[in-house]
Amino acid sequence: MTESLPATPGQTVGPFFGLSLPYGGGPELVPPGTAGAIRLHGRVLDGAGEPVPDALLELWQTGPDGAVVQEPGSLNRDGWTFTGWGRAATDNAGHWSFSTLTPGPGRPGAAPFFALTVFARGLLDRLRTRIYLPGDSLPEDPLLSGLWPERRRTLIATAEPGGYAFDVVLQGADETVFLESRP
Amino acid sequence: MPDNPPLDTQESISAEIASIATAHEKAGPGPLLDYRPYRSSILRHPAFLPVQVEPEEVELAGPVFGARDVDPADADLTAQHPGEPLGERMIVTGRITDGTGRPVAGQLVEVWQANAAGRYAHSRDRHPAPLDPNFTGTGRCLTDADGWYRFVTIKPGPYPWRNHLNAWRPAHIHFSLFGRDFTERVVTQMYFPGDPLLPLDPIFGSIPDTAGQQRLLATYDHGVTRPEWSTGYRWDIVLTESRRTWTES
Repeated sequence: MTESLPATPGQTVGPFFGLSLPYGGGPELVPPGTAGAIRLHGRVLDGAGEPVPDALLELWQTGPDGAVVQEPGSLNRDGWTFTGWGRAATDNAGHWSFSTLTPGPGRPGAAPFFALTVFARGLLDRLRTRIYLPGDSLPEDPLLSGLWPERRRTLIATAEPGGYAFDVVLQGADETVFLESRP
Repeated sequence: MPDNPPLDTQESISAEIASIATAHEKAGPGPLLDYRPYRSSILRHPAFLPVQVEPEEVELAGPVFGARDVDPADADLTAQHPGEPLGERMIVTGRITDGTGRPVAGQLVEVWQANAAGRYAHSRDRHPAPLDPNFTGTGRCLTDADGWYRFVTIKPGPYPWRNHLNAWRPAHIHFSLFGRDFTERVVTQMYFPGDPLLPLDPIFGSIPDTAGQQRLLATYDHGVTRPEWSTGYRWDIVLTESRRTWTES
């Protein structure tokens, strides 16, 4: 495949995205409390460890069977269709939360993860990362196995009753590993 | 606190913009993330370089949006209230493709913007310019089979912000775009040709590559302009992850 056209550059989402991007039902890929529903939540923190109250996260994931979901309806959920995609803004304490299903492995034996996109005022382009679930398949993962332990752990969620916790750290010693595709 | 320094002058911000542009002449087409002239970025940019990874299958796909997600009326930002909004009515339209020129069809485009006076209908906007009861400034649409999007809106005004003393944002419309896959997701801003505020703006200036900057400028298009009704602007968009996001260590 030849890449000939240069990409349109990104720009910060700015302070006023709340006017347009967050929507009712955005963080609820499944209704909370339904069978199999988990809570995935955490904070977004800046380089001083302060919460970021004007960030926006987008979650994209496989279904529990590991299949890539290609169903419309994320913006207008019917309560029954799992679309694999959701959007959540941080609150005044920098906290975000999704109600979703546990992703399955994309390949047999692969480590399952949530794909995450991060936007914020002050962040000039979007960042993307992965949230891995703690488990046995992690040591074989091609990404995780190539990272130093102190960097690797920034990509692994913490199990807790009812779901998982994960902080996005934009800068500093505990900075989350952000990703780009290998050319 | 680095996030709240005493306000600098436009002259000193402009000098920073110029010196960073010279130092990054060979940078990629995207914005620098570590870009001090945009003061809010100081504590919010990663210090580590992004880790290169082979995308997994789920990352080579993206969410699907359809007719049930978007009301066609959402593409007309001038028709969301009983009256007509004030300002220069305009059509903004363009084609979205991937890096090989293939149309990005049936994908979601979301926009938001200030009103003609430069005020957002948002509680955190303290600019003492009037709100327009007939303008909210938010819209969405799906691209057609050939990748085209089209919005009817009014031209947004420039507005002041507190990045530095006498800081003004050039007029712009925020665009949120989904590509063929998850890695191509981008949020950006469309600007207007000839805006005298562009060279002064540290957000636009965060793209050190002037060709990259040009890709964020709409073109006035008289073929899009409608007689006795509205002006027309054209802005085409290319979605590919090869836009590099640069991070300085």
